[in-house]
Amino acid sequence: MISVDSLTKRYGAQVAVSDVSFSCPPGTVTGFLGPNGAGKSTTLRALCGLTTPTSGSAVVGGRRFRDLPNAGRTVGVLLDAGAQHAGRTGRESLRLSAAVLGVPRTRVDEVLEQVGLAGRPADKRLRQYSLGMRQRLGLATALLGDPQVLVLDEPANGLDPEGIFWMRGLLRGFADRGGTVLLSSHLLREVEAVADQLVVIAGGRIVAAGTTQELLAGSGTLVRARDRAALAAALAAAGIAVGGGSGDALVTDATADAVGEAAAAAGVVLRELRPAGGEGLEELFRSLTAGSPAGTVPAAQQVQEARA
Amino acid sequence: MTTTTLPATPDRRAAAEPAAPSLATLTRVELRKSYDTRAGFWLLVVIGLASLAVVLLQLFFDDGPNRTFAGYFATTQLPVGVLLPVLGILLVTSEWSQRTAMTTFTLVPVRSRVLTAKVLAASVLAVLGVAAASVAAALGTLLTPLFTENAADWSLSAAQVGQVVIVQVITVLVGVAFGMLLLSSPLAIVLYFVLPTVVTILVNAVGALDWVRDWLDLTSTTVPMYEGALDGQGWLQVGTSVALWGALPMVAGWLRIERSEIG
Repeated sequence: MISVDSLTKRYGAQVAVSDVSFSCPPGTVTGFLGPNGAGKSTTLRALCGLTTPTSGSAVVGGRRFRDLPNAGRTVGVLLDAGAQHAGRTGRESLRLSAAVLGVPRTRVDEVLEQVGLAGRPADKRLRQYSLGMRQRLGLATALLGDPQVLVLDEPANGLDPEGIFWMRGLLRGFADRGGTVLLSSHLLREVEAVADQLVVIAGGRIVAAGTTQELLAGSGTLVRARDRAALAAALAAAGIAVGGGSGDALVTDATADAVGEAAAAAGVVLRELRPAGGEGLEELFRSLTAGSPAGTVPAAQQVQEARA
Repeated sequence: MTTTTLPATPDRRAAAEPAAPSLATLTRVELRKSYDTRAGFWLLVVIGLASLAVVLLQLFFDDGPNRTFAGYFATTQLPVGVLLPVLGILLVTSEWSQRTAMTTFTLVPVRSRVLTAKVLAASVLAVLGVAAASVAAALGTLLTPLFTENAADWSLSAAQVGQVVIVQVITVLVGVAFGMLLLSSPLAIVLYFVLPTVVTILVNAVGALDWVRDWLDLTSTTVPMYEGALDGQGWLQVGTSVALWGALPMVAGWLRIERSEIG
């Protein structure tokens, strides 16, 4: 339903997004991950017709956003929870959007109910809203036109843990009914629970993409023993190469069976033995997120590449 | 990456696809935006009250021959003409200062449609402003025989009504144009009031600039319109000054908004 193809956006000499391609099929939630300034928002703005790509394209259902006759009835968009007039009430903001979309006023009450703003909060002016309430209102605006596609930029920002849990359920339900969801985040933990697939962007380029399962599965086995040195010796004796591991844990490419057998043979007491799940993506993501402006981490390399 | 190739949906959706919002709908939405915030609401109230106030001032303190419906009608245009353009400016700039442009343009991605709706809404506001002013003028005319020795004089020429409506529409749209060009409420409001005033003062003080006053100073060229007294050359002079103060900034601002990145 959403398809981004070789999207590139330059601002003068600076490349914000470089050759980004991915697609989001109906019935799925796609997590668009990356550190702040990686190009997430630029990509989403290009998708929603708010900025013109330098080259490449971003389309929804085969059409550019601008060519959608009544855009809000096809794509529900929440790019910035602050993009509402502080002097209007939540209900009034929704009524204005409802008039543009051509949906009945009863729909306003429905979405207010759906996002948990019905009753008194609906008639408060937005300057009294917390960021979490603004996010809920933004989500209500996105849902108002009963769209088939949702595009959400950092929707979990400002939501409390209960709110994040609620939003996950809402997005999951939306996708399960055949909808397409694309949501961005700078926190892996925030989206891994709900996303079917992940697209990771850093320095304007896609650095990893695939189903959440694939990316989080990682490879190898993590093992932890009471005596780390003895374990290392046992593994070495069995011819199992150790690839690293943080703290007192060791990570190897061998199967859990092979590691267990080696430990048993040497009489080493194990504390933990499991697949080294997700460490790969987590590690990659942490290295990207840690990218300081000084540029001492691997991610900075890609940023410089993109800017060159 | 998953590349599920589902059959294209347009077939199913083509029939049920919701139509684009009409220009009338968008104009109604823009009109609603002009009064559904405190700033907009009170600005409209102040315009109404100010029209009433100038009528009363004229009724009690003007001993000249102007205590007629036509006279009141001309005077009440002053508060309308001063304050309505601010509403026109805010109609555009609040989308940027309040950052609602992102919401507005994702709902209606064809930006020129939104801008057209804003121009239409501002024109409607100008006509409504003239209507409100004429109610105040009518009240003044009714009260005139009660408080003065003058009789109620209801005569009003079609030329005056027509020219007043046109001049108010022009005034509001100059405000909209300043808003489009500058996209900042304080900047647009200050420049809207300061620039023409400076030009008016300058061209009146410097004799060599008479031609500028006659052809490019909107404040001077539109003066006869409040009395309905614009003549053939006057229309040309209004035309050239509107081109400078209205058309030029609006075209430049329109292009800027069409091309700029929102958000």
